[in-house]
Amino acid sequence: MGIKETALAGTLESSDIQITLSEGSGIDIDLDSSVEALYGDQIKKVITDTLNKYGITDAKVKAVDKGALDCVVKARTMAVAQRALGTTEEPNWEVL
Amino acid sequence: MKNNVGREIPDEILNEKGYKTFKSVDIGNPDKQRVAPKVSVTTGDNKVVDSLEDVVKNNVKDGMTISFHHHFREGDFVFNKVMDIIINSGIKDLTLAPSSLTNVMNDKVVEAIKAGTITNITSSGMRGSLGEAVSHGLLKNPVIFRSHGNRARSIEEGEIKIDVAFLGVPNADRLGNANGMDGDAAFGSLGYALMDANYANKVVLLTDNLVDYPNTPASIKQTQVDYVVKVDKVGDPDRIGTGATRFTKNPKDLQIAKMVNDVIIHSPYFKQGFSFQTGSGGAALAVARFLRQSMIDNDIKASFALGGITKPIVDLLEEGLVNKVMDVQDFDKGAAGSMKSNKNQQEIDASWYADPDNKGAMVDQLDVAILSALEIDTDFNVNVMTGSNGVIRGAVGGHQDAATSKMTIISAPLTRGRIATVVPKVSTVVTPGDSIDVLVTEVGIAVNPKRKDLVEAFKKVPGLPLVSIDELQKRAEKIVGKPEEIQYTDRTVALVEYRDGTLVDAIKEIKD
Repeated sequence: MGIKETALAGTLESSDIQITLSEGSGIDIDLDSSVEALYGDQIKKVITDTLNKYGITDAKVKAVDKGALDCVVKARTMAVAQRALGTTEEPNWEVL
Repeated sequence: MKNNVGREIPDEILNEKGYKTFKSVDIGNPDKQRVAPKVSVTTGDNKVVDSLEDVVKNNVKDGMTISFHHHFREGDFVFNKVMDIIINSGIKDLTLAPSSLTNVMNDKVVEAIKAGTITNITSSGMRGSLGEAVSHGLLKNPVIFRSHGNRARSIEEGEIKIDVAFLGVPNADRLGNANGMDGDAAFGSLGYALMDANYANKVVLLTDNLVDYPNTPASIKQTQVDYVVKVDKVGDPDRIGTGATRFTKNPKDLQIAKMVNDVIIHSPYFKQGFSFQTGSGGAALAVARFLRQSMIDNDIKASFALGGITKPIVDLLEEGLVNKVMDVQDFDKGAAGSMKSNKNQQEIDASWYADPDNKGAMVDQLDVAILSALEIDTDFNVNVMTGSNGVIRGAVGGHQDAATSKMTIISAPLTRGRIATVVPKVSTVVTPGDSIDVLVTEVGIAVNPKRKDLVEAFKKVPGLPLVSIDELQKRAEKIVGKPEEIQYTDRTVALVEYRDGTLVDAIKEIKD
């Protein structure tokens, strides 16, 4: 499943991650991280897993990470996924 | 071959350079032979010259070793000025042996390496674009990192033979008497530069402030100096040291500082006439504030404070809580400015400060040292040299030296952003765990199990959160996750000496 509209969540503050979702085919993640060498794969895995839980399998992901912990990466991905699907008024509690 | 902190030192390095591997933090009582410089005798009444170009042309030859000091820190104008002339004159194959390299020098060093002007470097540390470049293999020969005390030792024992020292000073007379205390670019103690002045074959002073002869107090003396070069400006006063050092408001730093203070006052060393050294970081400065109150409350005075000096330490001196400040370097304007008015703020050279092969260095008399760490591992080994990505971005400084104190405390947050401070293995060992006694983080205090006496002493104190360092490491990993391993090539780009000149670690080139 793809997304309905381009959406953004998160900030560029230290220990945060800013994620943008736009239309694409497959999950294509462009990650820019201050800890890429150490946690790049882990960050991509958390984003992909979280998107999949929302049923999103087709989206272009731009992520700018400033050292966010996994729980933050997950929270920002959930926010951006719901915004991109237009479901912020009826959150998917299953994913939480 | 593996050394005694478990680091693999390549055999070809040991064979080619005649190095020994690190064995012990115990220096023992060896007999050592020192060297002496060549002296170009002069009886004239003026050493002042206008042309730095001529001085370079007549004194710097291919293959020589040149040196600088870093007391101007980020306000240094001397290094780039001299290096420009040397690069343009086409001199090759120099060894650069400064007391340390600050960020304002980075791009010039990279330029000099690319031009073939510099082919060897020994320094306390390096950062920024230079650290990146060296970590990615720009320099063919490995950089040698030495502590301030080890640099003094290496100069005295002839392992570093300085041909020409270019020393910027904020004042000098026509024969070369100079100090660091007066003038627009005053920086206080000349501690590191005094080694160069004493042991270099040729000593070139650069100053923007020629004063009447004879200039006193003279830290560098006319007996040591070959040339005095008048230049427009030796440094930018605003960037030599920050103005007033601000007291941290960061709650994590304050919590750590309070816990460090608790450790000190409940240790057997907190008694009349104790001594201490603190660094310049936020938490270390805050310790000085807490320690001040504890000293007043318990009516205890310190005999001396040592090291890089800051305004809060000078305040303790002026308040009568510290009898003497033994000053090898000043980190801020407050400390730099007070040296000339405080006779109890004694300038000391790097040898007096920390040379291990000495008839008695100040660090050997030190009770408590509060030091920082980029990483500390479960064997208490400390890294202050390479970042979490393996890139060189730090300096040994006086870390190994001050760590010989009777109680060495590392104060550090458990994590910084997503980077763990307490790790299973540090990426680079700078200071061996055998000289580290206590680790203080915001969530708990770990005592080196080898210090059973301290463990017993602290156990009796209610409210001191004692934990094992393994617990701290696990707790950090639970927060940030398990990082992937950094990928290196087989090539060695830098060597870290222990203060006795043995090899404590080798830093590898980053794989791209």
